[in-house]
Amino acid sequence: MPNVLNILLIPLLPLINFLLLGIFGKTYLKKSAAIIGTLLMFVAAFLAIQTAYEYFFVYGKLGDVYQQLIPYKIAWLVFSPGMQIDMGIMIDPISVMMLVVVTFISLMVHVYSLGYMKGDARMPIYYSFLGLFTFSMLGLVLATNIFQMYIFWELVGVSSFLLIGYYYDKPSAVAACKKAFIVTRFADFGFLIGILIFAYCAGSFDIPTLIKALTSPDSNELKTVLGYSFIGVSAISWGAILIFIGGAGKSAMFPLHIWLPDAMEGPTPVSALIHAATMVVAGVYLVARLFPVFAIAAPDVLEIVGWVGVVSAVIAAIIACTQTDIKRVLAYSTMSQIGFMMFALGVAKYGGEEGLGFTASMFHLFTHAIFKALLFLGAGAVIHYVHSNEMKDMGGLRKNMPITHLCFLIACLAIAGIPPFAGFFSKEEILLAAYQHNTVIYYIALFTSGLTAFYMFRLYFSIFWNRPYVNHASNHHSADHHSEGGWVMMLPLVLLAIGSAVAGFIPFGNFVSSDNQLLALPFHLEFSIAPVLIGIAGITIALIMYKTSNELPAKWSNQLNGIYQLAYHKFYIDELYLWLTKKIIFNIIGNTSAWIDQHIVNGMINATGAITQNIAEAIKKLQSGKVQQYGIYFFTSVIIIVVVFIYVWN
Amino acid sequence: MNLLLLLGIPLLTALLVLLVSTKEQVRWVSFVGATAQLIASFLLFFAFRAEIAAQNTAQFLFEVDYTLIQSFNIHFHLGVDGISVAMILLTAFVVVAGILVSWNIEKMTKEFYFLLILLSLGAYGFFLSLDLFVLFFFLEMAVIPKYLLIGIWGSGKKEYSANKLALMLMGGSALILVGMLGLYFIGGHEFNIVHLAKLNISTGYQHLIFPFLFLGFGVFTAFFPFHTWVPDGHSSAPTAGSMFLAGISMKLGGYGCLRVAIYLLPEGAKEYAHIIIVLSSIAILYGAFVTMMQKDLKYMNAYSSISHVGFSLLAMAMLTQTAITGALMQMVSHGLMTALFFAVIGMIYDRTHTRMVYEMGGLMKQLPFITTVFFLVGFCSLGLPGLSGFVAEMTVFVGSWEVDDWFHRGATIAAIMSIVVTAVYILRAIGSTAMGPLTNASFATLKDATWNEKLAAVILLIGIIGIGIAPSWLNNLLQPAAALITDRIMGK
Repeated sequence: MPNVLNILLIPLLPLINFLLLGIFGKTYLKKSAAIIGTLLMFVAAFLAIQTAYEYFFVYGKLGDVYQQLIPYKIAWLVFSPGMQIDMGIMIDPISVMMLVVVTFISLMVHVYSLGYMKGDARMPIYYSFLGLFTFSMLGLVLATNIFQMYIFWELVGVSSFLLIGYYYDKPSAVAACKKAFIVTRFADFGFLIGILIFAYCAGSFDIPTLIKALTSPDSNELKTVLGYSFIGVSAISWGAILIFIGGAGKSAMFPLHIWLPDAMEGPTPVSALIHAATMVVAGVYLVARLFPVFAIAAPDVLEIVGWVGVVSAVIAAIIACTQTDIKRVLAYSTMSQIGFMMFALGVAKYGGEEGLGFTASMFHLFTHAIFKALLFLGAGAVIHYVHSNEMKDMGGLRKNMPITHLCFLIACLAIAGIPPFAGFFSKEEILLAAYQHNTVIYYIALFTSGLTAFYMFRLYFSIFWNRPYVNHASNHHSADHHSEGGWVMMLPLVLLAIGSAVAGFIPFGNFVSSDNQLLALPFHLEFSIAPVLIGIAGITIALIMYKTSNELPAKWSNQLNGIYQLAYHKFYIDELYLWLTKKIIFNIIGNTSAWIDQHIVNGMINATGAITQNIAEAIKKLQSGKVQQYGIYFFTSVIIIVVVFIYVWN
Repeated sequence: MNLLLLLGIPLLTALLVLLVSTKEQVRWVSFVGATAQLIASFLLFFAFRAEIAAQNTAQFLFEVDYTLIQSFNIHFHLGVDGISVAMILLTAFVVVAGILVSWNIEKMTKEFYFLLILLSLGAYGFFLSLDLFVLFFFLEMAVIPKYLLIGIWGSGKKEYSANKLALMLMGGSALILVGMLGLYFIGGHEFNIVHLAKLNISTGYQHLIFPFLFLGFGVFTAFFPFHTWVPDGHSSAPTAGSMFLAGISMKLGGYGCLRVAIYLLPEGAKEYAHIIIVLSSIAILYGAFVTMMQKDLKYMNAYSSISHVGFSLLAMAMLTQTAITGALMQMVSHGLMTALFFAVIGMIYDRTHTRMVYEMGGLMKQLPFITTVFFLVGFCSLGLPGLSGFVAEMTVFVGSWEVDDWFHRGATIAAIMSIVVTAVYILRAIGSTAMGPLTNASFATLKDATWNEKLAAVILLIGIIGIGIAPSWLNNLLQPAAALITDRIMGK
């Protein structure tokens, strides 16, 4: 049986890290903060790997089926009988897999940051925020209750906010962190209503109960709920759409992706951890967590998931081909790859061979976390070296940074889907699943694979080949600074590079599948010819254009001027949002409300005051203090009363 | 536990404040008195829990009953249920913090502290009373000091604000008085809440009386469209005044709406629930949008209070147990949060001498403690898990969602929508004050919080985080009391 204490410690150690360094770091632990954080993370990662080993190889299986275990659960807030928020731990294949991914990447980032953030005065805060993020992400992954998931979902959002805005005196970082938080908040608005709909339909927030109530065909809930519809869409589908909106916001799916590229304002290791490997895949994880509901009770929504995924994948890939900031290229590439995971879920069905897309999606999530973290950390090393994010400041770095160069190349080959690197296997399964269920999505995805290979090698050649490296900033750098960053930065790169090279050989179907049964992943040699060829084609074009400094890129971008400009400006989606928020929300709704409050509501109250005062002003003349005047009032009144009595009363 | 203790401590403190001579003594006496009251409130809380654990099922515990005026059947009748206990705890927290942040008031220090304590005495008495007449007496006791606090120690257009606030609240009081007398006469000369709750008041009469009581208390809690005293009152009030106003006074109104109007007149509540829901949904969203446009931090928090209090009123009008529990949680949470918000704004103002968002920037560097608290309270306002705002809002949403029709669901969705707008204005405020480059060279020499400010912030943060991390103690306190109210609405 699972060791509850060990599993509980996995999220709690980063929490201790957060509290310890957040409260005492600045005053008492200035020197040792980074080491303490890294050590705690190391223990957590070790426990996670141990848990994974025990789950997959010792106690997890009953027969051929992986069990969903809930070793720990407490009631946190009870609304009414049945409706309660629990805090607990759920152990099943996907949560255990995520546990390993999150703790391992987080550990790599902790180690890498020892070098990357060296000399930063706010190191304790930085590590404490990393701890907060890791804790929240683990809480999200392990959630047993959909409300628990929402709670940690918000917490990862705020950790992301804090880390994007880490360089808080940079206006662009401030803008970026606000944007990230608000866009995902908007998506969470959907998520929350989706939760309420689901929970109301199923009578519980508990994930297993909820899934059971919404998927078993003979359940009463399902029958009434499917009958209960709004504009022709059943309640469950509405709930599923809204929950998917929440996931799409966090996973930067089109059209809620606008925050992700800007989020690159954060320190690069943070981008590797949060905005490449872990938090941004939370949306995929959310759909996977509720996959039976999507697949069985709301297949129409799963269709939408597929299309949103593939559209995001291709749009992001096109934009990535034109960006010049290396972190932004990687950000769009992340969005594109998450699109792959998302549409893989969209083309999957529940159970057996049909569930191939599910396994493929999780497989890609796993391999992508490794090679994308590597790409970001590699890019970080490059940025550390040249002190710029722009491609134009780079080139020819293969001689200056041999280890980084090699690791980066491995990662590029992995993401481009070249065998035998990790990305090849996972992407292969995704394409196969798409091919079996939706050929249109398959062809778009195939095209996107080509683009992926092209933009990744555009990046690679621009950084490491092209023109020879000129040290623009040599005057204020000492010689010893110009190393690759020391072993603390190189060790994570090397480890991740090994992972990117071999992770594809893991028989992933033995661990993760839509119905937790073993699934032998199909492999057809003839099927993989097309994707590999198109990948090689992409690499070749990039080679021609960017290996040496030449006129081709400029020439071709001029020829494709319209499309190039459109892609370069990210299809003007940011401008559209800006217009919406500035003009519509602030100017029209906000200003109107403020004006109404100032002039109408407040005006009414002031008018009441003024009228009272005027009346008082008018009648105060009656109180003149002159006896004669009072006499006149008295007699006039008496006469009126007498007249009234005589004529009206009778 | 004798409830008279909870009135005795503030009364004694107020008298002592009048007797001692130096300003330093005044401060310490007030602080010690308020702390003693905080401890007494906790004792009440534990005593109450012990009684509940011992299966004491009486609706009101620790009752005290003295006849005040025999001929009018007026009794000095005190007693507490879970709601009162929660409100008393809230008041005690806010009072201690308010006294601490007022440490550097030099103008008429003695009078200032005397009024603060008098105000708190009114609030404690109000939450303890089970007799409508005594309740009304204490309510008025909590209004008059506010007029003076704003009029004398305020800033800006303080005369206008003080007048506006006093007149609007007096107008509210007048409505309450009418409703109260209506109950008194229909109930056969009865002010006793427990007895009134057992009466069978005819539906028609309930429809007649309910608006007086609900609107009357509604004015106190910024019920839309009678909220306009809030922004002006807050912006002119001294820091502790704003804290008391938003943290305590607005809660008097909410408590009255629930305990007097809805509880005693359930038919009336059902009749007008739709109107209340519409008006409070408007308040929530519209308040949030108006907040978004504010440039003065105090105005911002005042309008955001209108929006947040709207959650409370909306949930009350949903008339389900979870929603009413949520409404009460929101009252507690908002009381702590908004008091802290005003405290932080006061701290920033004392240093930068501006409350305008666009005149600040980069304060995090010089004021790490204050800005950290600002971040936390902002996150609480936008409903971040782990802080009290989240718990309260989610209880409100879940409770409101239980009412299964398009009208109530629509109102709930509108309310949920406000969490996005809240995020926008909170992040704007934080982003342009705490973050960004230092905009004003003179800010580079600012000093961070002093001990009293730190202590005040920490005390309120303990409440906010305590509820946020372990909400069930508050939930367990409020839920049975809310259940009694809904039982009465259901006609059980």
